[in-house]
Amino acid sequence: MNAPTVEVESPLAHLSEGQLEELAREFDEIRDRTFADLGERDRRYIESMIAMQRRLAAMGRVLLLGARYRPAKIAGTAALSMSKILENMEIGHNVLHGQWDWMNDPQINSSTWDWDTASTAEAWKHSHNYVHHTFTNILGKDKDLGYEIMRIDPQQRWHPVYLAQPLYNLLLMAFFEWGVALHDLDFEAIRKGRKSKAQVKRELAGIREKAKSQVVKDYIAWPLLSGLAMAALDAGLEARSAGKRRGGLAGALRRALGGGRSSYRAAASANATANIVRNVWAYAIIFCGHFPDQTHTFKPEEVEDESRGGWYVRQLTGAANIEGGPLFHVASGNLGYQVEHHLFPDLPSTRYAEIAPQVKQVCERYGLPYNSGPFLQQLGMVQRTILRLAFPGGAPRPKPGPYRREDHPAL
Amino acid sequence: MVPPVRRKALHAVRSLFTPLLPDDYLELINPLWSTRELRGRIERIDAETPEAATVLIRPGFEWPGHRPGQYLRIGVVVDGIHHWRAYSLTSEPDRRDGCISITPKLVESGKVSPYFVRQARPGDVVRLGGVEGTFVLPEPAPRKLLFLSAGSGITPIMSMLRSLHRSDSLADAVHVHSAREAEGVIFAGLLGEIGDAHEGYHLHLRITGEEGRIGPADLDRLCPDWRERHAFLSGPAAMLDAMSERWERDADPELLHMERFQPVIGGEPGEGEGGRVRFAKSGVEASCDSGTPILVGGEEAGATLPFGCRMGICHTCVGRLCKGEVRDLRTGKVHGSEGEMIRTCVNAPEGPIEIAL
Repeated sequence: MNAPTVEVESPLAHLSEGQLEELAREFDEIRDRTFADLGERDRRYIESMIAMQRRLAAMGRVLLLGARYRPAKIAGTAALSMSKILENMEIGHNVLHGQWDWMNDPQINSSTWDWDTASTAEAWKHSHNYVHHTFTNILGKDKDLGYEIMRIDPQQRWHPVYLAQPLYNLLLMAFFEWGVALHDLDFEAIRKGRKSKAQVKRELAGIREKAKSQVVKDYIAWPLLSGLAMAALDAGLEARSAGKRRGGLAGALRRALGGGRSSYRAAASANATANIVRNVWAYAIIFCGHFPDQTHTFKPEEVEDESRGGWYVRQLTGAANIEGGPLFHVASGNLGYQVEHHLFPDLPSTRYAEIAPQVKQVCERYGLPYNSGPFLQQLGMVQRTILRLAFPGGAPRPKPGPYRREDHPAL
Repeated sequence: MVPPVRRKALHAVRSLFTPLLPDDYLELINPLWSTRELRGRIERIDAETPEAATVLIRPGFEWPGHRPGQYLRIGVVVDGIHHWRAYSLTSEPDRRDGCISITPKLVESGKVSPYFVRQARPGDVVRLGGVEGTFVLPEPAPRKLLFLSAGSGITPIMSMLRSLHRSDSLADAVHVHSAREAEGVIFAGLLGEIGDAHEGYHLHLRITGEEGRIGPADLDRLCPDWRERHAFLSGPAAMLDAMSERWERDADPELLHMERFQPVIGGEPGEGEGGRVRFAKSGVEASCDSGTPILVGGEEAGATLPFGCRMGICHTCVGRLCKGEVRDLRTGKVHGSEGEMIRTCVNAPEGPIEIAL
């Protein structure tokens, strides 16, 4: 047993019940005000984002028909990676949160949306929207805290299996979507018999279906199309130069097939690259959301009878923002505003940047931290923690003090 | 049925685009090419009166067609939010240019009619829902007809008249139409044209602001043989109630056809007990008294719920009932079994319920 040696003071210890009530009222007000202001400009944003992502995907796929040519392969892989990133993060994650349900649109709606990843929308909405966003950073309850396979907080008990964590951390990075899909199953619930066999079977079937469609699409159908297109191109070129080449018709056919096969391989490898790029990016953004040093974790007994204000403070201090430019925020699905997202998970992502100053003001007035840092710093902290906590022991990292505007003149 | 080879080919094409459909890319080129949902493009908007406009719409190629008198569910975006309404189609079926039309009248406090009458522009894309309604001309059309309309109630009748006009079957029709003031008569010009073209079409126009309303007693004077005619009534509830009573009493109710758009549902507590509603998806709980639809109760409690016409015709607001029973506010009938799809806009809970929304 490795009991923690350093106790971190609860971030809400200094707040009275009345203050927490007042704080909850202020956050509710920010939420209500912002929701009341939603309208045409928000709709235009998400609609054009979706249209742009689809154009990018189409462009990537078309370029990758010629994947055997290096420039086409590079440009195509880049376009497809970017489109997959946007599809998962700024679109899929946020639509499935119900951020756009207020539009009453039959298509852009959390109940009808599906996305290009290994998790079914239904399983994701349960494990992420419900479990993670409700029990955020409560040890043993928030299954996203180390995803049940990593020791990410010193208060988690050490086990020899964690010695391998630096290794499977890398695997998780590359195959993040598959890790998340399996994680959705909730192994603890299965082990403890809280899930019926029928439900587990149904969920596994869901993942199998998602896996099948991704494999067919990215590793069979599109590469095949690329192979066929290039074989046809080769055959056409051969036909034009007939007589000048050796081997007659059989030789020409053989060469065309060979060309087709190499195009198939090139396109399949480009698609695999795009999937991995998306996985690594999603991993990095999501790990930076809750695992940097600044974030607080909570023991179940700390949050018993938690008030609405207490809930807000837990969301606020359990998350950390990532600083970056507008493009960075779009590519990360605005999860660089993890704090704002956790306070108001179903508020459209477009509004997070706008309400950030108001959230900071609340932090300042109530003596609360506003966790934030540059991308590489945050990612570095996370990796350090993963390496350190692979071994027994480890102490909680020091937490930032209350947010003060004069400490952040640039913000 | 789709033949197996074609189905396989479709399946193969779809596998390239999963989880989307090929349509989701095609619609980037032309929004009307989506088969995911039927859409239409506004071609023209003509003011009929200062408060009503005819909106000419070119529907996508999957337009199922309609029968004269039916209404259309139509979805438009106002301030970023999608709204569904039902409007009678005012065009005759199978117009040569393939277009359809509706003629909304401005409701100042509304959302959708101000859009159509004031804001909409040619080129705007709208969503088209189902075509519904049993208020239709029988086929073949009866020879002797009586139309009784008031205000914007003329809209379904206009589709009937246009259809009869085109097929030259207006041999013997009496049309009694009421409007509050002369400049508010929708389709005044068109009605005149139809009258000029068909000797058998007789229009009685009543300006109620000057001459008072038409009552059941006026029937005998305006149309002495009204009992022998197939009658089509469309207008405010009070007029329909008064007239239908007359038919029940003095004529054959089988010959009477009525379009009765539902008034606003709920609002006043009625029979029934109401109850608590748990919205399973959002976790929101609401309590509704016996006159409050589940939708209204949920919205007041802060839930974001799908909504549409709010009068029980468009099925946008449906949710699966997990537990309990509900009362249909239009009929008072209590119903509901586990798994039933419930329209939240016209049903109130009858005791505690849970619904998967």
